[in-house]
Parts: sequence; structure tokens; C-alpha cells
Amino acid sequence: MTTTAELMDYAEVVERYDPVLGLEVHVELSTNTKMFCGCPNSFGGDPNTHVCPVCLGLPGALPVVNGTAVESAIRIGLALNCDIAEWCRFARKNYFYPDMPKNFQTSQYDEPIAFDGYIDVVLDDGEVVRVDIERAHMEEDTGKSLHVGGATGRIHGAEHSLLDYNRAGVPLIEIVTKPITGMGERAPEVARAYVTALRDLLRAMDVSDVRMDQGSLRCDANVSLMPKGASEFGTRTETKNVNSLRSVERAVRHEMTRHAAILADGGSIKQETRHFQEADGTTAAGRTKETAEDYRYFPEPDLVPIAPTREWVEQLRATIPEMPWERRKRIQDDWNLTDEELRDLVNTGAIDLVAATVDAGATQADARSWWVQYLNQQATSRETELADLAITPAQVARVIELVGSGELTNKLARQVVDGVLDGEGDPDQVIEKRGLKVVSDDSALLAAVDEALAAQPDVADKIRGGKVQAAGAIVGAVMKATKGQADAARVRELILERVGA
Amino acid sequence: MSDLTRLTAAELADKIHTGEVSAAETTQAHLDRIAAVDGDVHAFLHVDAEGALEAARAVDADIAAGTAPASPLAGVPLALKDVLTTKGVPTTCGSKTLEGWLPPYDATVTRRLREAGVPILGKTNMDEFAMGSSTENSAYGPTRNPWDLGRIPGGSGGGSSASLAAYEAPLAIGTDTGGSIRQPAAVTATVGVKPTYGGVSRYGLVAFSSSLDQAGPCGRTVLDAALLHEVIAGHDPMDATSVDAPVPAVVDAARQGARGDLSGVKVGVVREFSGEGYQGGVLRSFETAVAQLKELGAEVVEVSCPNFTYALPAYYLIAPSECSSNLARFDAMRYGLRVADDGSHSAEEVMSLTREEGFGAEVKRRVMLGTYALSSGYYDAYYGSAQKVRTLITRDFAAAFEQVDVLVSPTTPVTPFKLGEKVDDPLAMYLNDICSIPANLAGNAAMSVPSGLSEEDGLPVGLQIMAPALADDRLYRVGAAYEAARGPVLDKLGELEASK
Repeated sequence: MTTTAELMDYAEVVERYDPVLGLEVHVELSTNTKMFCGCPNSFGGDPNTHVCPVCLGLPGALPVVNGTAVESAIRIGLALNCDIAEWCRFARKNYFYPDMPKNFQTSQYDEPIAFDGYIDVVLDDGEVVRVDIERAHMEEDTGKSLHVGGATGRIHGAEHSLLDYNRAGVPLIEIVTKPITGMGERAPEVARAYVTALRDLLRAMDVSDVRMDQGSLRCDANVSLMPKGASEFGTRTETKNVNSLRSVERAVRHEMTRHAAILADGGSIKQETRHFQEADGTTAAGRTKETAEDYRYFPEPDLVPIAPTREWVEQLRATIPEMPWERRKRIQDDWNLTDEELRDLVNTGAIDLVAATVDAGATQADARSWWVQYLNQQATSRETELADLAITPAQVARVIELVGSGELTNKLARQVVDGVLDGEGDPDQVIEKRGLKVVSDDSALLAAVDEALAAQPDVADKIRGGKVQAAGAIVGAVMKATKGQADAARVRELILERVGA
Repeated sequence: MSDLTRLTAAELADKIHTGEVSAAETTQAHLDRIAAVDGDVHAFLHVDAEGALEAARAVDADIAAGTAPASPLAGVPLALKDVLTTKGVPTTCGSKTLEGWLPPYDATVTRRLREAGVPILGKTNMDEFAMGSSTENSAYGPTRNPWDLGRIPGGSGGGSSASLAAYEAPLAIGTDTGGSIRQPAAVTATVGVKPTYGGVSRYGLVAFSSSLDQAGPCGRTVLDAALLHEVIAGHDPMDATSVDAPVPAVVDAARQGARGDLSGVKVGVVREFSGEGYQGGVLRSFETAVAQLKELGAEVVEVSCPNFTYALPAYYLIAPSECSSNLARFDAMRYGLRVADDGSHSAEEVMSLTREEGFGAEVKRRVMLGTYALSSGYYDAYYGSAQKVRTLITRDFAAAFEQVDVLVSPTTPVTPFKLGEKVDDPLAMYLNDICSIPANLAGNAAMSVPSGLSEEDGLPVGLQIMAPALADDRLYRVGAAYEAARGPVLDKLGELEASK
């Protein structure tokens, strides 16, 4: 376990050293089936239920490439501004491990489908950093091992292990950056912003669930330091098990402070794999291997080369959506939003919903107000995501329309929305069922107003005497009497009329 | 012995489909024959009498009901090489490591046979994981050549060919990575065809060397092989390397060839396949065969394929490299043999000890060769160079096929040797495949057809015919014409001593 004594103060680290980052992100594609067979590609399931001879690597079984996965890989490559290979192959990466059914992983090696790209990452203060992409390639996921007994939960020291091959053969895209240099003290933030941007991009493209907590987006962070002004990279470590965006930042920062302490002490960094520990934000060394792994890569003879035609690539290019950060910028300009208003929209995940509500006829101010405030509260109290609430943008637009025409008060409108969320039907059906129309019949309202004035003669006198704000008490009484189904503004007008103020 | 076992598959199919004999009695006759002679021949590792009879009875029921037979071979039983998976029926690949494994799925070849109404008599013996030329590398003991029980039946598919020569089955399936169909066919005087790579699905064929492996038909006549070829060939979406093209009309080609006219056909004799290492009787048999092709009207020319000389070394880098990876899955974790599972060994140790125990010497030799050839720092010199040689060999074929329609050569340089004679000399063993390997490296189609007996030892010799990829029909036309002119060879084989 690393102790704080072995870490250097961060300010000193960035004063003395330049960090170099390399980020490898694995993305599980959300295709219906696995990379090389027809088994369902879905998270979870009872162990070893989503398996077949192919993904179990049974003798004689053969892989066939999932065309949708190739399509997703090309689209991801295009979104990352990569060149798309005219001809590429899969290779076999040979090593023995129980959760890998064939004891080789079918992966692309020196012929990736996409290469030489970049992504512009927006930091919190608006600064834009360009991260160069080395490659994006296709591969298959491994199964999962559960090591039982032993202290660490790893294979070493375990009493026995359980294997679940449901994940074996799930399509993965590995996206590798070129070395990210010159970021100085912002390196950890850049790492987080990069992974965040990737996540947003992949989500917008609808190619992956991008859930770091479920492992559908995984980040390995390579970190090294070199003395300030040097040009030769230092020895790197690769930190795995980084399971949240925040952890990406913490892991990079921790490794920087750890490396710096060792280097400043005259020591050298051991090139190794380390595991991030969520609990205390430190990293721990993995099991060291006595010998370097030789994966004996060679072209996968069971698969034929992939040669995407340029026509196909261009067709796919046309399907790449606007980048999320570009879209945000456009929406901020179009809707004339402050940075704070934009941040609320982004943080609540409401952008698409608001846009769709606007498309359905609402003003953006009304739509924004509903989604960011009341519906966001409802999502929180119902413990769900905004997008998963049981109401559509069109239904929200209808409610806004009814408020605008005076048929609903805001209070009634919230009750209508509650009804929709509770599955009572669309807004009009809820209004019908719950009897929630505004009482707009003046004679009915006048009766209620007269009654309220008669019940509180002192208040009526005050209003007559010019204290117009006292009318609030009468409005309240009328609203109570009409069970909230009156338009408060109209009630107020009638009160003032009645007392002749 | 029953007459039924002496008939060709085409004759049996005719009798079964006209109701003259039943599929069940045909299958039973072969099962009886296996029971009588297989103790000596040891062609089978597993006999599935119940499964075969059930399939035969289903064919009989169809015929009784007036339903058209599922295929031209419906009801004709077959011996299946133990390297193709059979659902619920043992599939060992001749290895201890798969002893007792019951595959949960059928290979595509197996499925097509079942759908064609072909009863599967059992699984035939082979060199472990198809690595060998004698079946002596089987973990379950060698198969013996019906021509001389002291001699090898060829390999790796010695069981399939021996079952034909011993009249235990009228049809068999083999697989050919460097000659494992053709060499056993040659040394047992039967017919064996390695179709174009990708012509027959490899799904369920337990891989030795993925880029070379090809399943194919074996029979006692060229027509029988053609009938079987059409049952098993065709595109399979489960095999990415399967050819998506119509199956060549090989049955028509065989019937056309049997009429004995090869005028207009250009035949190339490969200059490099002669000389040192070739048995005199084999070469003279070959010369006679070439003369007969001329008499049939073929134009014969000599062609040179200079890079064929490097085929054997290239093969012994590519095949072991691929096998070192293909056989990595036999690790005791999911199926097959598992040793040292006593709680005191790590998973890594269980894997290692199981592989030590489960694999035979030849398999280990090739896994080690391949592991070395793919190692970092050696890849370019070994695997990379071998792939370049492979390209050169493919070009040699292409150049030759610009001049001629088919190429011919002896199938093997020598007649079958004695059991045990070459087990300690792997290089001498490997030389058996010197003529057959180029077709695997290039992916071409090739056939071995009986070409008589060698004058010095009276043992069978095979004529190899090679055709361009996707032109498998040429093999059958030339092979059937030659077969008709040369006359049957297997008839010269006396009754097996055991059943006398």
C-alpha cells in the first residue's frame, strides 16, 4: 500500500516534471449480437447462458465477423476524424488465461480499421485541447473470472475461481491516443475531459451504453513523467480498473505524484500494470511477470480481410451526428443561454429533451424550465434518469400549450404531469380523468369571490382602502374553494372589480 | 461376407432407392463387416451402430412412404473422420486430451450428411489432431493397411481410407491439410479428393491449420467421391472462409469422364516431382498413367513449378504456427482431459500439466515449432518468409494453369512403409507429403486416384491430379476417365486374413 509519504506535493510535481499521458479506452459496442457469433450481447444474465460453441471456443467452432460491429467501428473512426483502412485484418493475440476460451484473443493488431485521427476536447473553463488519436481497432472481450477466497479478489491466492463466459466475444473497440504532452498541471483534467468527450460522442452515436460502472467503457491510463524541458519520455505505468470519470482524473494525478516522489528520490519507475483503488484514490502494483509477454501475433486465418469500399465509408460518414460539444455551442447561441443555463441543461441531461419539446411547439424557455426544474425533481425523487421518465417531449409541449392558453394553471399543470408520469394516460386524458380544467366560468368564480369577501370583511375593507396586495388572502381562499382549479390572475381581477378598487 | 459391402455407393443408392434392399440392411451389413475385421484393421475409434441404423430406418420409412430420397446418397452409410464434430457422439481427434468429450453440436459436414440421409457408421482413426502420415500418432493405436496389416494406411486419415479398402464402409470423409486425404487414398488404392479450399465448410472441423485444412470425400470410385462431394460442398455462413460460389458439377464431370474421352484436355506433368527420393515402381506406375492419359486423347506437356521445392519447409512453418494457436484451447478449463485438479495446483499448473499429459510427441513437436516460429524476433524470418513462399507457389500454379487444364504427379513418392519404420525420423515421415502439400498451400483442388501396384512390392500407388481453385470438376473428369482406362485396383486385394 502506498503511503502519502511516498507522494510528492502536486504543485511541486508540475513545477519539476512534464507529464505524458496515453489513454486506451475500451468500448463495448451495443450490437444485438456478439463480435463473432449470434449470441445475444447483453449485460448480465445468469452465468454462461449467453454462450455457444463459437464464443466458448469449442473445438471446430469458427468466428464470423459481425457486420454491424464493423459499421460501428468505421463510424467511430470517422467521428474521431480518422482515416479508414482500405484493407485490414484481424490477428490472434496468443496468451493463456482461463477467461479467454480460445487462449487467444481475436483482435486487430498492426492493421487497425481506423487510424490517425483527433478529437477536440473542451475543458471546464472553455479551453479546447486537441487530443490526437493513434488508432481505433476492433477486438473481442474476454469472459469474467470471479476469484473466490484469498485476500485480494485476484487470481493470486484465490482458493478457486468461477468463470462466466457471457461477456466472451462481446465486440469491443479500443481507442488509443497518441502521447498527450504539454498539458502540465492540467493533465489529469485533460484525461477526464477526453474520456468524457468520448463518452458523450459514443452516446450521441448510439453505438454503446458507455456505462463505466458496468464496464461498457473502460479506461487504462498510461502515465509517465520527464524532467521539465526534457524531450525523452520517462518510463510509464499503465493503470487499470479506473471505473468512473472522476477516477480517471484521480488515477492520473495519483500516478504523477507517485512517480515524481520516486524520481526525485533518485529511483526509477518500474514499467508495470497498476490497479486503481477507488476507496483511497491510490494505485497498487499488479502481479509482476518474470518474463515479458510475447503474444505471437499473426493474421487470423479463420477470417477474411475487411475491405470497406469508399462508397460505404462515405455513406457511413453521412450518419455521423453533430458532435455533442458542437451541438451544445450551437444551442447556446441559438437559445441565447448563459454559461450557467447551458451547464444546467447539460448536467441534467435535458438538452435533447428540451430540443424535442421545442420541436413539438413549446418555447425553449418554457421547455427548459419544465425539464430542468420540475421534471428533474421528479426524476430525482423517482430515482431514475430524466430521459427515462414516462413522459414524452410532445406531452410536455401539450401541457405547456394548455398553460399558455389559460386552460391549466401551473399548479394544475404539475398535477397533470404527475398523472402522466404515473401512467394515467396522456395530458388530455389525465385532465379528463382527474377533472383538472381551470374554472373559467366567471359566474362560478364570482360566487366564490363574493363568498370569500363576505367571510373576510376586514380584508375587503383593506383592499377598498387601497391595499391591493391584501387581495392575496382572498385569492387564496377562492383557490381553496375551487380546489385550485381557478386561474389565480383572473380571480384577482374579479376581486378588484368586485370591491371597486 | 455380405455382397452389399462390395458394392459401390452409386450401386447401393440405386438398390436402396428402388427398394431392392433396405438402407437398414445395408447399414447392418457394414456394421457386421466392421465387427468382423476392425479388430485387425482398427479403422474406427467409435462405432455408432444405433445412430447409423436409426438414420437408415428413417430413409427406409421415406422410401416406403413414397417420399423422394433426401439425396442421391440417402441410405448409403459412411465412415466419418474423428476430427469432425458429431453431436452427442464422441469426437477425439485421435487425442487423449479429448477422450470422452461429447460435442454439443454437429459440424456443418456432419449436418449435411444427416440431412442427406447418410447413416454415419462411426468415427475413424487418425493421427492426433491430423498431424502425421501414418496414423501411428493416434493416441488409440495405429490403423493397419488392409493391403498388408504390417504397413501403415497413410495419414492422417488412415482410418477413413482403410475402412474403404477393408469394405467396412462404401464412403468416408477425410480432411486434408498437407495430404491427409490423398496420401491415405494412394496407399490403400482408394479415391480421395481435397476440394478447393473453402469448397467444403470447416465449421466443426477441429482445426489443425486453419488456412490449409479442407474436408473432402473418399470413396472406392471417382463417381462415388463425386456423389459425396456434392452432398458436403457448398457455401456455409458459419465459415467465413467458405466460398460463396456454386458447387462445381462434379457428378456430371465424373460421368462425362467415365466415357473415356479426354480429347481437348491439356495435362501438365510437374517436372519437380521426380528424381531422388521417388521409388522406382512409383515412377514407372506414373509413366504408365501418363501414357494412358495420352491414349484417352489428352495432350500432355511438361511444366515447371520451381518453387514447389520449397513447399515442404514453408508448410512446416505455417502449419505448426497455426496449430500452436489452434491447440491452445485444450487447457482443461472447459472440456476434455483435466489432470492435477486436486486443489493443490494453480490454474496455470493444471493447464500445463494437462497439456503435458494430453498431447502426444508429434503434437508437442509441432506446437513448439510453431510457438518458436511466431516468436517476437523470429516471425519475419520464419512465418513471414513461409507466407512469401506460399505466394510464389500460388504463382507457379497460376502460371502452369495458363498452359494446362490439370497437373499430374505421383501422390506419394513411395508405397506404404512398415509400421514403426519412420516413427523416430520425423523428417522422413514429412517427405511423404512432398507432392501433396503445394495444393494445400495454394488452396487448389486435388485428387488421388489408384494407379496400380508398384512392381517391386505389389503395393498401391496413387496418381495425383491437381486443378485450379473452383475447378474441382476437372479432377473428376480426368480421374474418372483414367479410372475407366486403368481398371479397378482394389479388386487385386485378397480377402483380409482375419476374415478368411
